[in-house]
Amino acid sequence: MIIINGREEHGAAGRSLLSYVETEGYRFDRVAVEINGDIVPKQAYAERALADGDRVEIVHFMGGG
Amino acid sequence: MTGASTEGPSRAQLRAALAGRMGEAQVRLLEDAAIGVAGLGGLGSQIALALARSGVGHLILVDFDVVDLANLNRQAYDIADLGRPKSAALRDRIARINPYLDVRATQARLTPENAVPLFADASVVCEAFDDPVGKAMLTESLLLGRGDLAVVGASGMAGHERADTIVTRRVGRRWWVCGDETSDIGTGAPMVAPRVMACAGAQAILAIRLVLGLEQ
Repeated sequence: MIIINGREEHGAAGRSLLSYVETEGYRFDRVAVEINGDIVPKQAYAERALADGDRVEIVHFMGGG
Repeated sequence: MTGASTEGPSRAQLRAALAGRMGEAQVRLLEDAAIGVAGLGGLGSQIALALARSGVGHLILVDFDVVDLANLNRQAYDIADLGRPKSAALRDRIARINPYLDVRATQARLTPENAVPLFADASVVCEAFDDPVGKAMLTESLLLGRGDLAVVGASGMAGHERADTIVTRRVGRRWWVCGDETSDIGTGAPMVAPRVMACAGAQAILAIRLVLGLEQ
């Protein structure tokens, strides 16, 4: 089971984090991502495959401050 | 550090006034704390003032920008500050509230390379940028670069929705985000002072709670 932002995501297993972010409506340069408690650097998104047991938090930043 | 004017209250008097509200133990924790504020606009300027009023002893303030007329609708500056670096203007403003705080104000653009060294002494950094790409960059850089640092970010405080739509969410062990996480200036929503202040308040109280050990 893969949990992304608190919800079970069927069909995410085996996909790269980059592919998931880019096809699920996020903008690559506006997100910060933690997997299993560790922040994932942007340059590692392409090689980081989502796997069973992963808990993923994606923050998609809104503009304004 | 800026010294007090001769007719102003002494350090001991200001400290006693704070202790009368919060108690000695909390005053001591706060005066020993070092908190960073990244970006000194609508969020960051208000966060810094709230932390200064609460007696946070060491403030590390960073922003590259100067005060502009369009900032006065929500940022903690006034007409006399126009054209001045925000870092210097805010440092002077804080000195009028509590001249005994150690305020390190730097005019610089934060990058993945300088973010960790600039905030090296901080235990908590409040991310207070307006640009979402910058927010993502800074959050990633700080959380990756400093395993012992807490980051309190902001996402979504544009528009006119009620203040209670601003919430605090713990994303990870050392990572919190305040805001509604949906409103965006990119859609044309304006930045309105009370809502920006609500978000700044959420970030500032979270930073204070971390210092006081109220968030484990």
